Amino acid sequence: MAIQIKMPALSPTMEEGTLAKWLVKEGDQVKSGDIMAEIETDKATMEFEAVDEGTVSRIVVAEGTDNVKVGTVILELTGEGEEPVATGEGKSEMEAPRIEQGEAADQKTEATPEPKQAETGARQMFEAAKNDATVADPEVPEGTEMVRVTVREALRDAMAEEMRADDRIFVMGEEVAQYQGAYKVTQGLLDEFGDRRVIDTPITEYGFAGVGTGAAMGGLKPIVEFMTFNFAMQAIDHIINSAAKTNYMSGGQMRCPIVFRGPNGAASRVGAQHSQNYGPWYASVPGLIVIAPYDAQDAKGLLKAAIRSEDPVVFLENELLYGRTFEIPKLDDWVLPIGKARIMKPGKDVTVVSYSIGVGLALEAAETLAGEGIDAEVIDLRTLRPLDRKTVLESLKKTNRMVVVEEGWPTCSIASEIAAFVMEEGFDDLDAPVLRVTDEDTPLPYAANLEKLALISADKIVAAVKKVTYKA
Amino acid sequence: MAKAPARPSAPPVPNRERPNEPAPFQATKEELLDFYQHMLLIRRFEEKAGQLYGLGFIGGFCHLYIGQEAVAVGLQSALDGEKDSVITGYRDHGHMLAYGIDPKVIMAELTGRAAGISKGKGGSMHMFSTEHKFYGGHGIVGAQVSLGTGLAFKHKYSNDGGVCLAYFGDGAANQGQVYESFNMAELWKLPIIYVIENNQYAMGTSVNRASAEDQLYRRGESFRIPGIQVDGMDVLACRGAAEEALAWVRAGKGPIILEMKTYRYRGHSMSDPAKYRSRDEVQAVRDKSDPIEHVKRLLEEQGVKEDELKSVEQAIRKQVNEAADFAEQTPEPEAGELYTDILVESY
Repeated sequence: MAIQIKMPALSPTMEEGTLAKWLVKEGDQVKSGDIMAEIETDKATMEFEAVDEGTVSRIVVAEGTDNVKVGTVILELTGEGEEPVATGEGKSEMEAPRIEQGEAADQKTEATPEPKQAETGARQMFEAAKNDATVADPEVPEGTEMVRVTVREALRDAMAEEMRADDRIFVMGEEVAQYQGAYKVTQGLLDEFGDRRVIDTPITEYGFAGVGTGAAMGGLKPIVEFMTFNFAMQAIDHIINSAAKTNYMSGGQMRCPIVFRGPNGAASRVGAQHSQNYGPWYASVPGLIVIAPYDAQDAKGLLKAAIRSEDPVVFLENELLYGRTFEIPKLDDWVLPIGKARIMKPGKDVTVVSYSIGVGLALEAAETLAGEGIDAEVIDLRTLRPLDRKTVLESLKKTNRMVVVEEGWPTCSIASEIAAFVMEEGFDDLDAPVLRVTDEDTPLPYAANLEKLALISADKIVAAVKKVTYKA
Repeated sequence: MAKAPARPSAPPVPNRERPNEPAPFQATKEELLDFYQHMLLIRRFEEKAGQLYGLGFIGGFCHLYIGQEAVAVGLQSALDGEKDSVITGYRDHGHMLAYGIDPKVIMAELTGRAAGISKGKGGSMHMFSTEHKFYGGHGIVGAQVSLGTGLAFKHKYSNDGGVCLAYFGDGAANQGQVYESFNMAELWKLPIIYVIENNQYAMGTSVNRASAEDQLYRRGESFRIPGIQVDGMDVLACRGAAEEALAWVRAGKGPIILEMKTYRYRGHSMSDPAKYRSRDEVQAVRDKSDPIEHVKRLLEEQGVKEDELKSVEQAIRKQVNEAADFAEQTPEPEAGELYTDILVESY
């Protein structure tokens, strides 16, 4: 009875991976705990261990195969005391989705349990960021070729391009060098720039945030990566008290051109301490620039702008978006302006303002709404400080209704800030109160069902839009 | 008889290299006079600042350096002003004066005037002079230790031959980020001298009430950073220790710690009634160990006449009075300054 081994899901949001290397060959005996293969996900290369004992009867998916979907049969084992199935001269080829049900049943194949994607409330946000919605692009010269890259690659390319141009720029953080980045964002940088400029630090956020800030004061241009912004709480003193305020306190003498970057916001099923949006925290601090891009072209263009800035920048990425692919114009030097929002989708009935991962949901909701005859304009703030009030107010002037979407808590949020200035400066343009669609006002729970309840969704946005357009 | 298995004895652990015990600096008469002038300037400046505080010209926090003058003057006199950087905490007036920065712009900062070195926007605790490679003036206890480690990182990254002198107090020596910084500095062999100005009280808490290891020069041992304890009331000992420490760091051996045993005569800040120690204790230090009196005696031994010292004293009083007059009369910042220097660029 053959045992089918399937492509495992090695992270809650993994959909496919590369079968990098087989460490067993047909005819080998394996026992539980043996490492059978190396599987590359978009984050890391993982070793895949055997759980069952038996003889490798057939390697179904050859090594080096990309985009192997989770659940695809990759290897067959023959259980103990059985005749190995003839393997056709050790032929191993990519015949992946060969799980014809009937045949498998006939052969009395015992399937390992189907690897299932872990349930997560973050999936709705992750799925929405597939970018199948049409979005308006920033201005690019006509005829520019578009290439598809992930947000992760866009961020890496931004750093690499800037580092090539300016020796003062260096990257420091936990696992940024030899490990190639905890989320692989710094992949390849060590090879290109060496350990003088790509520096692994001990796990001491407070200390290395201070070291980076001091180096910036001394005249360098550091990029400090936090493995996640949750850990930057240990370093927030240096971000605010040292980096943000010193130029002012010195009457303009002390520069601090530094970028603090890393993933921010809810990831998937990691619980309350690892799931938090710090956008509003940093955006309330004078002296900081705060950027939170959504797609790859903004990630690249704004990170390059952040690195070039003479001011301290907090650059908030999103783990769920790292692996998402978007189109990006193939230009030598793609730099975007800081402090400018982007109209992702023009519309006339209602303005939906969001940033970071909320933009994907806003676009999804806009599509649903279009089907119901409501034409929503979707604005991506991109920069949280300084906020582009002008773009928001001009849109309001056109639509007279507004919903703000934020993957974060409602209290003292970017959404509250927008509601406040829209009331102050756009009161006469409002035909309905501004509504906020935010995460629930609770720590983020672990349980999948509760997590889902806590996070924003396209449905919640649709409902809010219907309310402000009086279609509910 | 069964033979005991041969147990290879572990090779003796070689003693780690240590810096030499520093020798007191052999100062010429001119150098000694220079030390005297700088220390006296700090003393008189700080006394005047205390007075202006009492008169309401200076607000907020104001931490005086009286009693500790030998530390900044002795250490900074050994630096290469072209290359080396200095950073300290909020008790920063003395370190700036030791650099020869004009007392007028420092005093005007204390009174919050536009002519102050930070345009009146920093105040006593937040003063900087990038021209002198003096990087502040930081108000959060211990922050300057990480920041100074960053300055040292810059010296090494740019291979500019500079060393960072990072001052902090016995109180800051218990902050976590100090040890995070020690670890990175030794790991990366950064050119930095950590100077612990142990004035024996972290605000009102004496060293031995707050520190499990109160011999603070040993605080680097578990990071393999050597430390030297120095008489911080003796400017020649301070200068001698700085020479030894600089030689160590400039030779690429990584960071070093200098624990300067010193004493502040005044309270932690102007608002500190200093009830945690007796008047007698303070008086005893003043009588026996005053750093300025010490240099004065040395100068007299070298044949410097009483009236020569008097004229130095008079010149300094005049300079300090002029600084105070300037600081009282020069205008406050324009209202528009409220909004400048927040960001460097426009977005």
